[in-house]
Amino acid sequence: MRYLPLTDTDRGEMLAKIGANSIDDLFVDVPEIARLDGPIHDLPMHASEMAVERHMKRLAGKNLSAGDAPFFLGAGAYRHHVPASVDTVIQRGEFLTAYTPYQPEIAQGTLQMLFEFQTQVAKLYGCAVANASLYDGSTACWEAVAMATRVTKRKRAVLSGALHPHYAQVVKTMAQFTGDEIADSAPAIQAEPDIDGLIARIDDETACVVVQYPDILGRVSDLSKVAEAAHAKGALLVAVNTEPVALGAIKSPGELGADIVVGEGQSIGVGLQFGGPYLGLFAVRNPKHVRQMPGRLCGETTDAEGKRGYVLTLSTREQHIRREKATSNICTNSGLCALAFSVHMTLLGERGMRELAAENHRLACFAADRLDKVPGVKVLNNAFFNEFILMLDGKPAREIVREMADRGVLGGVSLGRLYPGVKALDHALLVAVTEMTTEEDIETLATELEALVKEPAQ
Amino acid sequence: MNAPNKSGWKPQMAAAEDGLHNGPQTTTGNRALMLEEPLIFEIGTSETTGVDLPAVDANAPTRLGGLERDDAIGLVGLTEPETVRHYTRLSRQNYGIDLGFFPLGSCTMKHNPRLNEKMARLPGFADVHPLQPVSTVSGALELMNELAHWLIKLTGMHSVAMSPKAGAHGELCGILCIRAALEARGDARKVVLVPESAHGTNPATAAFAGYAVDNIPATSEGRVDVEALKARLGPDVAAVMITNPNTCGLFEKDFREIADAVHEAGGFVYCDGANFNAIVGKVRPGDLGVDAMHINLHKTFSTPHGGGGPGSGPVVLSEALAPYMPLPYTARTKDGVVHLIEEEQADEFAREHFGGELGHFGRMTAFHGQMGMFTRALTYMLSHGADGLKQVAEDAVLNANYILRSLEDLLHAPFADAGPCMHEALFGDKDFGNDLSTLDLAKALIDEGYHPMTVYFPLVVHGAMLVEPTETESKASIDQFITAFRSVAQRALDGDETMKQAPYYAPRRRLDETAAARKPKLAWEAPEG
Repeated sequence: MRYLPLTDTDRGEMLAKIGANSIDDLFVDVPEIARLDGPIHDLPMHASEMAVERHMKRLAGKNLSAGDAPFFLGAGAYRHHVPASVDTVIQRGEFLTAYTPYQPEIAQGTLQMLFEFQTQVAKLYGCAVANASLYDGSTACWEAVAMATRVTKRKRAVLSGALHPHYAQVVKTMAQFTGDEIADSAPAIQAEPDIDGLIARIDDETACVVVQYPDILGRVSDLSKVAEAAHAKGALLVAVNTEPVALGAIKSPGELGADIVVGEGQSIGVGLQFGGPYLGLFAVRNPKHVRQMPGRLCGETTDAEGKRGYVLTLSTREQHIRREKATSNICTNSGLCALAFSVHMTLLGERGMRELAAENHRLACFAADRLDKVPGVKVLNNAFFNEFILMLDGKPAREIVREMADRGVLGGVSLGRLYPGVKALDHALLVAVTEMTTEEDIETLATELEALVKEPAQ
Repeated sequence: MNAPNKSGWKPQMAAAEDGLHNGPQTTTGNRALMLEEPLIFEIGTSETTGVDLPAVDANAPTRLGGLERDDAIGLVGLTEPETVRHYTRLSRQNYGIDLGFFPLGSCTMKHNPRLNEKMARLPGFADVHPLQPVSTVSGALELMNELAHWLIKLTGMHSVAMSPKAGAHGELCGILCIRAALEARGDARKVVLVPESAHGTNPATAAFAGYAVDNIPATSEGRVDVEALKARLGPDVAAVMITNPNTCGLFEKDFREIADAVHEAGGFVYCDGANFNAIVGKVRPGDLGVDAMHINLHKTFSTPHGGGGPGSGPVVLSEALAPYMPLPYTARTKDGVVHLIEEEQADEFAREHFGGELGHFGRMTAFHGQMGMFTRALTYMLSHGADGLKQVAEDAVLNANYILRSLEDLLHAPFADAGPCMHEALFGDKDFGNDLSTLDLAKALIDEGYHPMTVYFPLVVHGAMLVEPTETESKASIDQFITAFRSVAQRALDGDETMKQAPYYAPRRRLDETAAARKPKLAWEAPEG
């Protein structure tokens, strides 16, 4: 067994040192009824590296990977190019196989990286302070709501209808146990978000308003009016971003008045990975809110010789110190994903980030124009970054997506899948375009749509 | 200069003050291969980039709703060679398993096979979108089912919720399943019992699930006080959260008795599975009466810790809790088949197999969970097989007991007489009898080239040191560690004051954590002027 270094001779010598006759002597505290002496049925015996590779490759081969098809899926997970050096860096054993940096003297690599990561995220979001990452965007969204209830001492959160439905579900799941009240609404299929309708739902009991930017329909709209209305009622504005690349082209949520900005960092450096691991980003505009933040924070300090160094800090907020009074029960972060994000962000820099965003937007505009010309297809949005809604004639979008997949085209996310049971959204298809999309891919999607929307609904 | 200590050991840095080894200050601050590295913000520029993208046409039309960013973001870039060098230099200031022994109790830092990494990067797993049509991801779903099958078989449980993102997220999932099951029977219990030695996540989780937390004391033997626990049971107790093997490194002998008492009182048993490594293939938690248990895939099944994550915490559940788990999940039907259930199949599946409506409490995360970790864990399981995993537990326990017996004559081992330890050996600093502490010993171990053991946990032991060798250390490696540990412990017992300044040879000397918290500096700021 290639991962187990003890030889039988070693085992014998060690048992002798312990004063045990056999390994079973070390399991005497396990009651008889719970001991598993024979082999476990239905599980195979150990296998060679070659055999394991064969098995895993067979499973992988059954999936249609994004790189093997014209690909237009988004809705909270985006396919971007990851420079080769990102993966090279994160596979360095000193990063990959390191523990949480609780011994800062021998974890300065991870800690300095986290300090740089926090700075990059804070700048991208237009905020003062970012933490060292959470699990993903959806759980970060709940943590933001929980934090807003702590800060305002109110228990009501108003969710925009255009918040990613899975994010809204995570918030509602948690709120039913903490006793927080969540005011939710269905998204309306229209070119502009209903900002006045959202503002009308803010009252004196509201802890926070949660808006997505750009929203689940890909729409980009000014948050500052919502921010003003929220602040006027003593509520916080939580802005959720699922596509960080957009922030290379549009104003930051912090600049528009968001108090807490959270999001998914998967677009930068992490990759699709069938949904995880992803990277939860979390930042606050006002530094005085730092002590109510969840998760880890890395801070600068000096060592005994006066040299600059980094440590995890403000841990009295955290579960291992504060136990049941902690700001969150979270104990880990997405350290390695944060590293991937930070390396990719360092490669991009200010210039690369702007160019990447511009290229995404240029291609998305090109795609919207081309797809809007397909008979029976209409682009809903007035404004968007790299994602927009197509309204389709004929069959529901879900069926069209399935049929396209059978023909080797991954043509987008149907809103029907995201909102099962909401009939009004059945004919809406969410299409994302990134720098990985070619003009040829867009032409293929146009051709497929043209063929499929013509067929009458059954 | 400190007075010479009894053991005669003198750090070389102190010797340098005699002028014997005192090299010149370098201009760069570097010390040969130990290189100082500035922040990216101090070496990058807004013009520099390490990627070649099409040039921006400033006059291209946009449809950004009038929200074009007109000021600078404030990022800096480095070229590709500068980036690779920056992070490579940083990596050299880190300790990792690839560099040496990592005896962290309760954290299980074992070897991370690179085959796991290679398999997780197959495009069929890494480059697949969570919302692709089901027909295009059958291999990914099959992989989840296969992993679920292993977890169910190894734990003797009924079903597994796959989506929790980490151990603490899994705890939350388990406790919420319990709450949902209780609410389904109209039972509004208010309290969760947690032993003193529990991970801090346990009480925090119970609080986030809306419960009050009551502590249960430990016996002088380091196990849950069964009588105290039984006395506290009643109609207000929703669940008991117990770690087994526990954080004192011991197997909770009376677990079945505890579980029976909890069930009789109408509550549920949550087991913190952080230490599953010690019993995998040897003990099935289902046979002990567990209702819910999270499994830290990174600990038992070797997905890399990555300097703090990502983790992955699937939760195995008893038949009683299975209908209440969050979506998506996998469940085993009577014919032994494991099914992946999402919203669309959920109601029908529940009617068919749970004999009624589904009581699931919702969704815990946007997508399916930590697929990249599932891939790594399954690769590890297949490599070891059922026979190898059993050997994993045996070797992990053997190594830990070997360490316990090799150090107990020197260091206070509070529970050494309570039976064999499981995967980790626990020591305390109460024998030092001077002003040196566990922290000083830990920092001195750094100079010996080891990552320190877990310190000051569990809280029930004064100056706790929790040593977990795992199964992937050789006897030679453990013997060398024991020698180094004994030497450092002896210095601590001798009152070697130079230890208070340790580490001497790490990239940084002791860092001022108090100053960091008093005036937090959490992001880089451009120097003024």
